This record gives sequence, structure tokens and C-alpha cells, in this order.
Amino acid sequence: MRADDLTSLYQQTVLEHHRAPHNHGALGDATHRSEGVNRFCGDQIALALRLRDGAIEAARFVGEGCAISRASASLLTDAVRGADEGRARALVAIVSQLVSSGAQPLDEARLEALGELALLRAVRSYPARENCALLAWQILEAALDGKAHA
Amino acid sequence: MGAELVGVEKQHSVAFDVNSLRRDFPALDQKVSGRPLVYFDNAASAQTPLCVLEAMERFYREDRSNVHRGVHTLSQRATAAYEAVRPKIQRFLGAEREQEIVFTRGTTDAINLVAATYGRKNLGPGDEVLITTMEHHSNIVPWQMVCKERGAKLVVAPINDAGELEMDRFRELCGERTKIVALAHVSNALGTVNPVEEITRIAHDAGAVVLLDGAQAAAHLEVDVSEIGCDFYAFSGHKVFGPTGVGALYGRYALLEAMPPYQGGGDMIRRVTFEETTYADPPMRFEAGTPNIAAVIGLGAALDYLRGIGVAAAAAYEAELLSYGTQRLRDIEGLRLIGTAREKVSVLSFVMEGAHAHDIGTILDDQGIAVRAGHHCTQPLMDRFGVPATARASLAFYNTRQEIDRLVEGLEMVRSLFG
Repeated sequence: MRADDLTSLYQQTVLEHHRAPHNHGALGDATHRSEGVNRFCGDQIALALRLRDGAIEAARFVGEGCAISRASASLLTDAVRGADEGRARALVAIVSQLVSSGAQPLDEARLEALGELALLRAVRSYPARENCALLAWQILEAALDGKAHA
Repeated sequence: MGAELVGVEKQHSVAFDVNSLRRDFPALDQKVSGRPLVYFDNAASAQTPLCVLEAMERFYREDRSNVHRGVHTLSQRATAAYEAVRPKIQRFLGAEREQEIVFTRGTTDAINLVAATYGRKNLGPGDEVLITTMEHHSNIVPWQMVCKERGAKLVVAPINDAGELEMDRFRELCGERTKIVALAHVSNALGTVNPVEEITRIAHDAGAVVLLDGAQAAAHLEVDVSEIGCDFYAFSGHKVFGPTGVGALYGRYALLEAMPPYQGGGDMIRRVTFEETTYADPPMRFEAGTPNIAAVIGLGAALDYLRGIGVAAAAAYEAELLSYGTQRLRDIEGLRLIGTAREKVSVLSFVMEGAHAHDIGTILDDQGIAVRAGHHCTQPLMDRFGVPATARASLAFYNTRQEIDRLVEGLEMVRSLFG
């Protein structure tokens, strides 16, 4: 059973986001920036957003990390593009519910609505990796709050 | 002393019966993720033999009461069992007097004790504390704190690519401003054994005192503070197969005697009035409050157990495991060992191309193999090697070659996913 979980945690799509993350690199004209570390493993991510007319026009990240934290950051930068602040904050809450082993699982319809983000649900079986998956999302929230550090 | 040495020799000559020793450790006998547990996280915390669990249970079942306080029978029994551990630690470390042994919560607590008492009293503006690149955060942060408070400077002696201290640089950096030299006897992240006798000589020539962080050394090396000549030596119970939350500090008596108290409270006083308090002599001066009595008793049992096996015999067996493990891991494509010192204990720290240490840790755990993945509380050391984290397999005398084969098998799985 665990072997299946592992295959699902490290499925091809996740590994592709890890190897070739989307929106990786600097964002010159960012309006919001924040960064954070996973204090248990030292992983670091810096996130930059450009908001125009209340919507996220671009999101890019840099940083070192494990496959889960990088894939999660990569998925984040895709997912928030075009979202307004309220939608972005709602996504943080949904992802948090998605990956937390103690939270109510999302129903099929909501999972489907998440698109590729739903990949992260495999993290539920690995509570030790929850922080890896959530790092980028905590930084997103901090960036929207105007905080330099998550 | 002579008789002990003969005992060690004898044990060394007979085959090391690892299977029989494994039966002493109940936690080793379990399945994780459906496979027999391979416990390779001994540098973080080693497992506990039954005799230690029994000693602690006996205290709670039969002698449970406070120490140094009552005239009643239980308190006398508890005090006797507790105080009997002090001379055991004295022998374990080769200290001259049992009054040189202070019970602490562990290595971190012991280092903080020295920084907050000896450090605060003896450091001033312009003085220097010399540490090394390979220190654990617990041998960096307490010194940073006291240096900041006293206007002193923290100086760091560098290491080479193998993870060995650069002795020429160390000699240059250890000068007349150096008041304290604090370093690991053995590095937790690399396994490097430092030449502590030579370092102590250099430090003493410069007029500095030496504190050794023995957290990783105590389970793998025969420690003799008299031979080393160091001034302070700290170690933790849970890394020598004892319970968590207990450890000890060795301090040269003359130094302890001149040090102010660490914390105030019961047990550390001679006489208290509201105007003034006179403090007890060492070691009691540094042991305020009711201690972790059961854990101290458990630590005593762990040291007896270790003595029975013989640290030298265990070390010889571990050296074989290390050499086998090093060779097997070197054969894995894309794997790079971090820490290849000539003198090292059985620690295999590594990174793999394309795979982060955290992912390696999860994949191995899925096969029942426990390793540590992360910065090992040595972030400056990780920066030195240019890696965010490593995976670390740290072996004890109850590990086997077959378990190393399991690790290699697990790492092949990592390669197939990430390679």
C-alpha cells in the first residue's frame, strides 16, 4: 500500500515540475515579494508577484528544495495567475486542506476543479512532508500580507 | 584500571555477536512499512536496551521519591541510586574526581551552562571564542549569545573538503585573544574525529580553556578527559543508549569552583536568607531543582551496558561496517559522500544528483529504513559544502552489513525515480 502511495507522491507530473519548474527565476517588476524557510530542513523559497488591477498578473519563484516543495511552488505559480487576492487566499486554504492528513478530504468535484494542483493530495499520506508542500503557499500568503518573511 | 583494560582486550578478541546484542533492544524488533526496521539514525538518538528501561521502571515502582531531601527510606534509596551514577560517569570519562561531574539535561544544556557561567564571567570586549565550521548549532548559538553580551568575538576555524579541521589555520587563529576553544570531539554531520589532544595543547599554550562537545564521541570512542587534557566535556544520555533529557558536564574542579551558579533554586545552595545566599560547592552548585532522577539512573544503566560490551570492541565492529558502507555507497552513481575524513566514526552523510535529501528520506522510510534528512543542525557546515541538506545514515554496534545492503537497495530506488 505504501509503495502505491510513494508512486503517487512521486508521480511523473510531480517530478517534471521538480526537474523543470514553471515560472522559475527572477521577476523584475514585482509588486509583492516574500520568502521563507523550512526550519527543519533549511529549504528556502523566494516568491515574487506582480499584481495589476487587483489580479495576479505574474508569479515567479527561486529557491532550493525537495521535489515536493519545488513542485508545489511550481504548481502555485501556475494556479494563481489571473487570480485576484481573494481567490489566491482561498487557494491557500484549499491546498492546506488538500495536503493535511488530519483535514477533511476534498470531494471529487472540488478536486477536479483544482486541476493539476490536485496532484498534491498524495502528500496526505506523508505527514512529515506536509511542511514541504505548504512552504510556497505560506509565502504566498505572507507576500499578500506585505510581509517580507513567511 | 589495569583489570578493565584486560577485560576490553578479551572482549575484543571474541567475535562480535551482533544478533545477540540486537535482542537487547526491543525497538529494533519491528516492521516499518511492512519490512523489518533498519535503524540508521543513531547519531540523532540511539535505541535503548531493556536493562535501561528496567532500571528506570524499578525507580518508579520501588524507590520513587525525591533525592537529597528526605530522611525516609525511599528518599535514601533514590538518592543512593542517583548518586551512584556520578562515579560511573567519572570512570566513563576518565575524570579524576566525581565532584567534577555535573548532571545536565544533555549536551546542549551543558554547553549553555559553561557559556552562561564561565563565559559570562571570563569574556570581555576584544576576547575571542574559537569554534570550527563543523559545529552543531548547540556549540555555536550559546557562544554567539555570550559573545554578543560581552562584546567578544566568535572566530571560526575552517575545514578542508574532506571535512577535517585545517590545523595550520587553527594554530594561526588560536592566539592570545582566544579565551575559549569549543569544538566537537566528533562531528555529527560528517563523522570526523578531531585531534582533540593536539588541539587542547595548542589552546592551552595560548592560554585558552577547551570545551569538547562529546555528544557524538561518547558512544563510539573511549573518552579519557585526563589524557586529552580538556577543561570541559559534555555528552548526552540518549546518544549512548540511555534515556533522553539527561546528560553530563565534566569540568576541571578548579574551574567549576570559580564559576558562578547557572540557575538558582533548591539543591544548589548552602544557606539562604532574604538578604543573601551562599552557594553549594560543585557539582551541586549547578544542579538547581529536582533533577530527572529516573533518567540519571537510566543513564547509569546504559553506561554499565556499554562497559559490558566494551566501547573498543563496538568501535572495531563499527569501523568494519563503516568501511563496507563507504565502499557500497561509493559504487552508487551520482552519490557523493559528504565527510571523508581519515579519522571518522560510522556516519555516512551523502547527497545524490537530482534527489533532495528529504525525498531520499521519504523513499527510504517507505522501505523501513530510518535515516536523517536535513541540515543536521549544522547549517553553516552545509553552506561550506554548498548543499542545502544531506541524507545521513549513522550506524551503531547493533547494525549489520545486511542492513547496509538494504540501504543500497533503497538508494537504487531513489535513482530509478530521480536519476
